[in-house]
Amino acid sequence: MSDAVRPAGPLQGLRTWWTMLKICLEERLVYRGDFALGTLMRFLPIVTQVFLWTAVFGATSRGDIAGYSRNDIVAYYLLTMLTRAFSSMPGLAGGIARSVRDGSVKKFLIQPVDYVSFLLAARVAHKLVYYAVATIPFALVFFLCRSYFPPIPDATTIAAFLLSLALSFLLGFFMEATLGMLGFWFMEVSSIVFGYMLVQYLLSGHMFPIDLLRTVPTGLSGVSLADVVHWLPFEYTAYFSSAIWLGKVQGAALVNALLIEAGWVVVMAVACRVAWWRGTRRYSAFGG
Amino acid sequence: MHNSDPAGASRAEPVIRVAGLAKEYRVYDKPEGLAASIRALFRRTSRVVEAVKGVDLEVGRGEFVALLGPNGAGKTTLLKLLSGIITPSRGTATVLGHVPWERADDFRRRFALVMGQRNQLWWDLPAAESFRLHQEIYRIDPARFEKTRDELVDLLGVRKLILQPVRELSLGERMKLELVAALLHEPEVLFLDEPTIGLDVVAQHTIHEFLRDVQRRRRMTVVLTTHYMKDVAALCERVVVITRGDILYDGSLAEIVDRFTTHKIVTLDFDEAPDRGLIERFGFPCEFRGPQVVLRIDRTRIADVLPGILGAAGVRDVSVEDVPLEEIVAELFRADSRAAAVAEAAR
Repeated sequence: MSDAVRPAGPLQGLRTWWTMLKICLEERLVYRGDFALGTLMRFLPIVTQVFLWTAVFGATSRGDIAGYSRNDIVAYYLLTMLTRAFSSMPGLAGGIARSVRDGSVKKFLIQPVDYVSFLLAARVAHKLVYYAVATIPFALVFFLCRSYFPPIPDATTIAAFLLSLALSFLLGFFMEATLGMLGFWFMEVSSIVFGYMLVQYLLSGHMFPIDLLRTVPTGLSGVSLADVVHWLPFEYTAYFSSAIWLGKVQGAALVNALLIEAGWVVVMAVACRVAWWRGTRRYSAFGG
Repeated sequence: MHNSDPAGASRAEPVIRVAGLAKEYRVYDKPEGLAASIRALFRRTSRVVEAVKGVDLEVGRGEFVALLGPNGAGKTTLLKLLSGIITPSRGTATVLGHVPWERADDFRRRFALVMGQRNQLWWDLPAAESFRLHQEIYRIDPARFEKTRDELVDLLGVRKLILQPVRELSLGERMKLELVAALLHEPEVLFLDEPTIGLDVVAQHTIHEFLRDVQRRRRMTVVLTTHYMKDVAALCERVVVITRGDILYDGSLAEIVDRFTTHKIVTLDFDEAPDRGLIERFGFPCEFRGPQVVLRIDRTRIADVLPGILGAAGVRDVSVEDVPLEEIVAELFRADSRAAAVAEAAR
């Protein structure tokens, strides 16, 4: 009843969110064993990449490819693993679509709680637990591979690197959440998610450094495919942070790229919100 | 068959007002067979189903109302409309002065919906954690939260269970904890969609006692859908019967028995199985169960014929009862679907 309700201070939203985060953390910890194994498995594909690039460098007399030495390439792939640990959102889109299909999304129509904030809290919790479990295997692999890395960059570069990681988390979150909201229109989003993953894999830098696309023409004079990709959101979920650490993006170009990344975060956050609005309106009108 | 004078005409302070509320769905036909399925890819046939057709309803503060009706009658759709999950095709509704489907937080803090098989509790965590989350999202004062929580778990006898992961609990235990979760923020209006479905008799009884107690003390307004007449008899003074999206009857439970039964059930006990001919000659439908005979006797004639029957040799005991509620309601539903079939044929 109204007299039992605490007044809504500016901190109330944050408090609610904090409680959601804590509860999601506890829930996630139930599955910590699953995480530990998953983390180690993630390093396996990188071994093939290293062999492949060793062969490529062995076949050419050039010391570098698109500005990357053999060591740079290995360091790049390892760093990309780290970036992906921030930006990838396993199960997010599918989970949202499932909650629409099985009706559990109703809870968020009935209770005074925002679904997007809730999903964000759940995902932060998911990531925190993941980092807690994954730090040791990550540290071990990076330590063993330390000779591939250039010297540790200066503080500004490290700060930019960390900022880009935080933004890549938000960008990945809002992109996948928006995809998941398509579940309000389509029964099954897995094929859409699959298509997205494919584009993501090619254009994010997960498969190869985007610098390799600098020589790929687009038909427009002076505009390479890398220039186009630069304005798309994908490279900010894998390539960008790694490139910062390796000193490939610096000065004004770095600031410019960070702004583009922040811009995409805002665009995707708005898209996600609009999709939620329109989706729930549609759900209310047709399904329920 | 609308009740011309619904029980609520003189009701003070209506909490729920519904006028001409209707909900239509477009349903796409799923054809049988591969060829038809392929054709359906290009051209889907659909029809409009009216789940709720122009319902008028008023519920006053502190009322406990049962929505009865066969499967697909529109009961759950009505509850979904009232809790704002879906928007209507026509008509208006206010609950606590709010239009439910606008989903204002002010409104959402003041009601609760419990759906029988849906859980608001976190599956892998103890219920206590879900309660804590509710405290936060409903902004319940900490001291009040603890008091309410303790009171509710004690009433249901589930204090020991709140620290156990929900997935380890039985259906009945989960349902009790769902109810606690729904009542922590002391909602003024509670919607229950088949709260006792699949529960054993003991659990049903506990939940009845609990709901009755909490509802009275808080003067909470409760609307419940159910298939179990036991729920209705235990809890609700007012019954709204819905069939095919329309209100068929709205009145007191006592009145429904009065209006829709023409018979009483008379049970006679004999020392030994009586002579059938002796009983059958009274001309009432009867059923022989060894030394017991069950007769259905016209209510208007019972006073006239009973002495004669009792005069029959060897009656040891007699009881006169109303037709069970289940049977009355089933008959109501059947009569309605017969009427619908006739109307359909006449078109």
